[in-house]
Amino acid sequence: MEEFEIPKPPRVNYLNAEHGIKSWLLTKDHKRIAVLYLGGISFFFFIGSLYAMAIRLELLTPQGDLVQSSTYNKMFTQHGIIMVFFFLIPSIPATLGNFLVPMMIGAKDLAFPRINLLSWYIYIVGGAVTIYALLAGGVDTGWTFYVPYSTTFSNSYVVITGVGIFISGFSSILTGLNFIVTIHTMRAPGMTWYRLPLFIWSHYATSLIMILGTPVIAITLLLVAFERLAHIGIFDPAAGGDPVLFQHLFWFYSHPAVYIMVLPAMGVVSELIANFSRKNIFGYKFVAFSSLAIAVLGFLVWGHHMFVASQSVYAGMIFSFLSFAVAIPSAIKVFNWTATLYKSSISYDTPMLYALGFIGLFTIGGMTGLFLASLATDVHLSDTYFIVAHFHYIMVGGTLLAYLGGLHYWWPKISGRMYPEGWGRFSALIIFVGFNLTFSPQFVLGYMGMPRRYHTYPADLVSWQVLHVLSTAGASILGVGLLIPLVYLAWSLRYGRIAESNPWHLPGLEWQTSSPPPTENFITTPIVTQEAYEFVSPEHKQIVGRFERERPVEI
Amino acid sequence: MPEGLATTHDAATHSALQHHFENMEQQREAGTLGMWVFLVTEIMFFGGMFLAYTLYRYKYPEAFATASNHLDIRLGAVNTVVLIFSSFTMAMAVFYTQLGKRRNSIVCLVMTIVLGLTFLGIKAVEYRDKYVDNLIPGQLIPGHPFHPEVAKPGEEANQHKLHLVPGATVRNVELFFWIYFAMTGMHALHMIIGVGLLTVMTILAVRGRFGPEYHSPIEISGLYWHFVDIVWIFLFPLLYLLGRHLEGHMG
Repeated sequence: MEEFEIPKPPRVNYLNAEHGIKSWLLTKDHKRIAVLYLGGISFFFFIGSLYAMAIRLELLTPQGDLVQSSTYNKMFTQHGIIMVFFFLIPSIPATLGNFLVPMMIGAKDLAFPRINLLSWYIYIVGGAVTIYALLAGGVDTGWTFYVPYSTTFSNSYVVITGVGIFISGFSSILTGLNFIVTIHTMRAPGMTWYRLPLFIWSHYATSLIMILGTPVIAITLLLVAFERLAHIGIFDPAAGGDPVLFQHLFWFYSHPAVYIMVLPAMGVVSELIANFSRKNIFGYKFVAFSSLAIAVLGFLVWGHHMFVASQSVYAGMIFSFLSFAVAIPSAIKVFNWTATLYKSSISYDTPMLYALGFIGLFTIGGMTGLFLASLATDVHLSDTYFIVAHFHYIMVGGTLLAYLGGLHYWWPKISGRMYPEGWGRFSALIIFVGFNLTFSPQFVLGYMGMPRRYHTYPADLVSWQVLHVLSTAGASILGVGLLIPLVYLAWSLRYGRIAESNPWHLPGLEWQTSSPPPTENFITTPIVTQEAYEFVSPEHKQIVGRFERERPVEI
Repeated sequence: MPEGLATTHDAATHSALQHHFENMEQQREAGTLGMWVFLVTEIMFFGGMFLAYTLYRYKYPEAFATASNHLDIRLGAVNTVVLIFSSFTMAMAVFYTQLGKRRNSIVCLVMTIVLGLTFLGIKAVEYRDKYVDNLIPGQLIPGHPFHPEVAKPGEEANQHKLHLVPGATVRNVELFFWIYFAMTGMHALHMIIGVGLLTVMTILAVRGRFGPEYHSPIEISGLYWHFVDIVWIFLFPLLYLLGRHLEGHMG
């Protein structure tokens, strides 16, 4: 048993190993790059939230009194672009993934450290180009850039924004490439595939999607730019082109993109659930292979965004069936997490609160997706607020919550400090309440017919205004709830309780080194001899029937 | 200068071993896998354009046949042979590096570069011909819109005029040329990058960096070069060899 001693941060760790701005901007250390990404995505999240505020403020009243419709179009477009491409897609992989993937497999760094740094620079340059487009006047096509509006009729900065997104896509590709090669070739001795933490499995699956899907959006945006600048005619019916071709190309990436957003979150949740219930994950292999199944099936369902876009009904039926199929591995994960919680030793620390929130909210989001996967109901619900609510339940209620949970969970590892637990739990609750108040009215609004991307609605529909007011109130609460961690996490960097190597007392490999870790992660290369989430050592496991049961045994 | 590379490094820690790898073998494996994964992304990138090509060829077969006939099959065929031969010299460069035959490997690398530049030169000639015939699509070149001369039916074969296959429209022919320029242009861009990459490799090889115990950068560059070659092998028949048997072909 370890003796209690006042923890002090290790004298030399990755944060103080080198000093000066150059040592950060030219670093090859995956942990420093993760911190650089943390700064970047926090910045973009903040900008994206400002646009969200503008949207919710406008919708408080039925009239279009805050902004003109053309401005409103820019608000929701830019909210979507920033949140999707510059926050959600990089969020967990680029911060937590970059930090933890090498550590969880016992490696000293990712396979290609300089490419890792390059990916951050590409992200920043892409973001800068996009911000420039916003400041120059913005883009109003919707984050989906549908043609012919984006290629022919819009008077906004479509090409520049497209270039910004095109550039940042390479950041995604390089991150995914790095993860795949690292996981294949750099696992520590004894770290077999089935001993990998589920965080790694989900990041592996995410990386597969990143490398296969992102190039397609790249070429799609390039085609839009060519069409717009040089009037090539590929999407122009007058020239023999087809506008629906754009939708196919766009959604071929953008549907898998949502799995890029959610798979890492599921990986985080697996870690949180297992570790904060002090129990091995139930059905490890099922969860691991579900990640792969989601990655594969996710590429086969893009047509469910096009049920009302003149796609053939027969194609629609196939896409509908496949969309139901892709829900199955997600459901398998939810069942396995629930089974993990059953009869376990749950501690309601902040990360666990976020994980539990994820399970509930992701389930709601996923199940509402089934209404959209069914052809008949989708016809009614397409382009309404039901869709908006559906994807926000998954992206905010799911990914954002998992991201915050992971950030809190690994905060001591990343910073060497504990966050204040009371404030953590408090803000988790505020965020949960605020989130639900924001988006649950939107399901009702959508069902009742409120279209998305409209800045006005009929003044005589009082019930609509009531729902919108509730939603905006919720958004304000959510906004406050999200500001609180910003404050106390920053506070903790200087005044937080100093964390020991393994503050949560967990078996994971990342906890077997100091907090914060040294630059090379492990003083000596670890040799792995046990499964992931091994809370009960093998000699205490009893074989009951055909299954291993973890049960303390009298020795 | 004796053949082969006299290694001055201790076999235990090669100077090219990066700090985060355990040994050269792991580094080589990671680098190679990394290039393969990157090539997969390139396939997906080109794939979008192949999709567009497939769709529009299916919709407008006559226009595609017309335009394809108009391309200079001799230049295209020469380019194909040039690239295939360059893949051979590339493979030989890898082979010689593995054997430590430094001078041979440098010769092969330089030949690959020269062949690549030849390809690009011939491509430039082809592009210039299209420019002269006003076949650059859309308004890619401001002031020089797509405006080819169309041969009258029954007129003698003229390599500067479009001989429309019955059913083809000039607008759809423009669509072909847009796809032609997008795909060959993207391909040429990748070739330019490849030539740059090989130049760097040649310089390093001259400096004696590579040998039997460290040749993975040459191998990895070879993978990239072969990929660029394979893309052309798909592009050539799809763009140049359509409908050669149909009416209007130039003989």
